[in-house]
Amino acid sequence: MSYLRKVFIIVRKDLVTELRSREMIFSMGAFSVLVILLFAFAFDLRVTKAGTVAPGALWSVIAFAGMLGLGRSISAEIDRGSFDALLLAPVDRSAIFFGKALGIIAFMMIVEAVILPLFVIFFNLPFVQPLIILIVVLGTVGYGGIGTLLATMAANTRLREVLLPVLLLPIAIPALLAAVKCTAGALDGRDFAEWSNWFGLLIAFDLIMLGAAFLVYDFVVED
Amino acid sequence: MITAKSLSKQFGPLWALRSIDLDIRPGEFTTIVGPNGAGKTTLLRILATLSRPTSGQVSIAGHLLPRGADDARRHIGLLSHLPLLYGDLTAEENLRFFGQMYDVPNLKARIDDLLEQVDLSERRHDRARTFSRGMQQRLAIARALMHNPSILLLDEPFTGLDPHASDRLEELLRGLNDGQRTVVMTIHDLDRGWAMCQRALVLARGKIVYDARTADVDVATFRSEFRRVTQ
Repeated sequence: MSYLRKVFIIVRKDLVTELRSREMIFSMGAFSVLVILLFAFAFDLRVTKAGTVAPGALWSVIAFAGMLGLGRSISAEIDRGSFDALLLAPVDRSAIFFGKALGIIAFMMIVEAVILPLFVIFFNLPFVQPLIILIVVLGTVGYGGIGTLLATMAANTRLREVLLPVLLLPIAIPALLAAVKCTAGALDGRDFAEWSNWFGLLIAFDLIMLGAAFLVYDFVVED
Repeated sequence: MITAKSLSKQFGPLWALRSIDLDIRPGEFTTIVGPNGAGKTTLLRILATLSRPTSGQVSIAGHLLPRGADDARRHIGLLSHLPLLYGDLTAEENLRFFGQMYDVPNLKARIDDLLEQVDLSERRHDRARTFSRGMQQRLAIARALMHNPSILLLDEPFTGLDPHASDRLEELLRGLNDGQRTVVMTIHDLDRGWAMCQRALVLARGKIVYDARTADVDVATFRSEFRRVTQ
């Protein structure tokens, strides 16, 4: 119970500080809107069926906007030293991991709540539907979870801006690929059995990455 | 209270600490001085459980690291040259957050008491980022003391403070060493460090090269010994 309470206290602190500064949400949101506009204009010129490219475009926006937030969330905390104060607390460090990960996942979901209606407007496709929202949530959990671990690793290095995408994107490829396939399946209204393997991969990625991060976070945060 | 045996720390090819033996008694105020790169901050980070030694053993308040790190952390308060605060939280919210992380009982009363001690009661609802450097450092003391730690680690706490703020901080820190609390401080200012402590260590090239008690040696001898051993 105390463990979950500590996780909740960290998430609440991250939400309060971010809602006051709005630095991360604003940068992620502005970036997402600009990229969606860019995609919308670019695809409008050449692509006859938007449904073939829209799932890939959606997950590209989520992946890169998420990376902006991930880098900022951890590095800002390390730069001002407050991460050390957090690590000094007598709590299991996996609680700190889950607190930070849930915070970034919440910010990503806030941005996604803006992104999905924009995709409906610009691509004229039914992105706002329960199944796609579930896929977005699952994809965000896995991506945000492993991203939090890798952002913590990268933040302690001099090349953190370069290192985070170099580490994160290759590892996140299975989740992104599965999320794109699932989104396309749901968008086309295909039978679930046709893309259930990809859905299973998405869930497996979430469980494996969160489990791995839970086990190794203690080693990652110490010099 | 704090013991280290054959403590070494390596970063790549560089040895930051080389086989350090340390025994700090309960209630003792120990100052660690040394030139830049001597390993002072590395040593303090290991004692604070923020860094793992490459080899050797560390025990904090009877808890052997790293296995007993969670229990050891309950005894440790850390004050650094960075305030380790959240600028977008108010003074009170910062203290409440850390108090909750340490499961501090009667939290409201504890926060009131600490804000009173560091003379920030009237600014309790202001965000930490609006504070002067000296005020941030006073709030950082309140943060470090929130769980009433028996060990206080001070990593160059005077860095970046003007003379007035430094004097005020020194006054506050002297009040904390009431014979019950063990204090270990790294500092560049030899005179201030010597004046505040009961025991002074000189760290150079990752080794403790001088160890003296202020009761046994005068400050002039300490200064000349410091120059000799750090040449």
